[in-house]
Amino acid sequence: MGARDSLPVIVGAVPFGIIFGVLAISAGLSPAATLGMSLLVFAGSAQFVAAGLIGQSSALLIIVFTTLVVNLRHALYAASLGPYLAGKPQRWLLPLGFWLTDETYAVVIKRYIKADQSPFKHWYHLGSSIAMYLNWQICTIVGLVAGTRLQDMESWGLEFALAVTFIGIVVPMLRSVPMLACALAAGSLAVLLRDLPHQSGLMLGSLGGIVFALIIQRLPLKKRKAGINDQEASA
Amino acid sequence: MTYWQETWLILGMTVVTLGVRYPLLAVSGRIKMSKFVREALNYVPVAVLSAIAVPMMLAPGGELNFSIQNEYLLAGIVSVAVAAVSRHLLLTIIVGMSLFLLLRFFV
Repeated sequence: MGARDSLPVIVGAVPFGIIFGVLAISAGLSPAATLGMSLLVFAGSAQFVAAGLIGQSSALLIIVFTTLVVNLRHALYAASLGPYLAGKPQRWLLPLGFWLTDETYAVVIKRYIKADQSPFKHWYHLGSSIAMYLNWQICTIVGLVAGTRLQDMESWGLEFALAVTFIGIVVPMLRSVPMLACALAAGSLAVLLRDLPHQSGLMLGSLGGIVFALIIQRLPLKKRKAGINDQEASA
Repeated sequence: MTYWQETWLILGMTVVTLGVRYPLLAVSGRIKMSKFVREALNYVPVAVLSAIAVPMMLAPGGELNFSIQNEYLLAGIVSVAVAAVSRHLLLTIIVGMSLFLLLRFFV
């Protein structure tokens, strides 16, 4: 059931898995390490970013730290799912934690919040998790085979798929002024700071975007008050 | 990358990823995150993904390029428009990449 309901997000993940395989190979990662990363790390966006950073010969610690930052959102998912799994033994919690992704979270949280008292919701969660995991491995293999067979694929500019993917994820999230401010600030800062060593412009840009958004988020109240005052003044 | 560099990289990425996903899943039934932390985490995906994508559009290869001949910028702008209107990830990727490859190899 969980696997069946995950079908749309699995189809959506297919191109990412393949593109990751191609990107990782063209960035200089060995086929074994490419598959190893999908098997052990299993984090699409972080693996994408890592492939990009490997291609630019970034320091290992920077890549690991960037992985941490890119995956921080999973802490939110975990915090949100935790209460539904309260009391479950470690043999459930550890694999479900390992297999936690944006896609599985999106599918299973809908199941957990349904009012029925089914005691098997964690099985649904497991089904979605395993389906996503197997799909990711197959797509990685397809991508790395394509990446090793096709000549000079790295000069095609395929890394742009990363930018397009992120645009497709981010733009629909920009539904509030602080979110928009966050994207604009993080993007412009990252452009301005792009020459800093070890991709630290990416980190500083991201942090700058978050700080800017938190500031903007706190502004509207004052603005609204000012607006009311303006109206009173004009009246 | 050498064999050992790859091994350490994957181990490091595995540890931090599991370190983010697992602990709160196990304990969040008991603890509460502060509102400020939740708000800040809320902006993480948008901030990080924008900080990666925007330089790829505006400065492919490291040099700022605002010209119409910059296929990264042109395809990026169209992708933003497609994503804003359709809110469909797969469609955005297909349109964005098709346009990009078209501009790159045929224009």
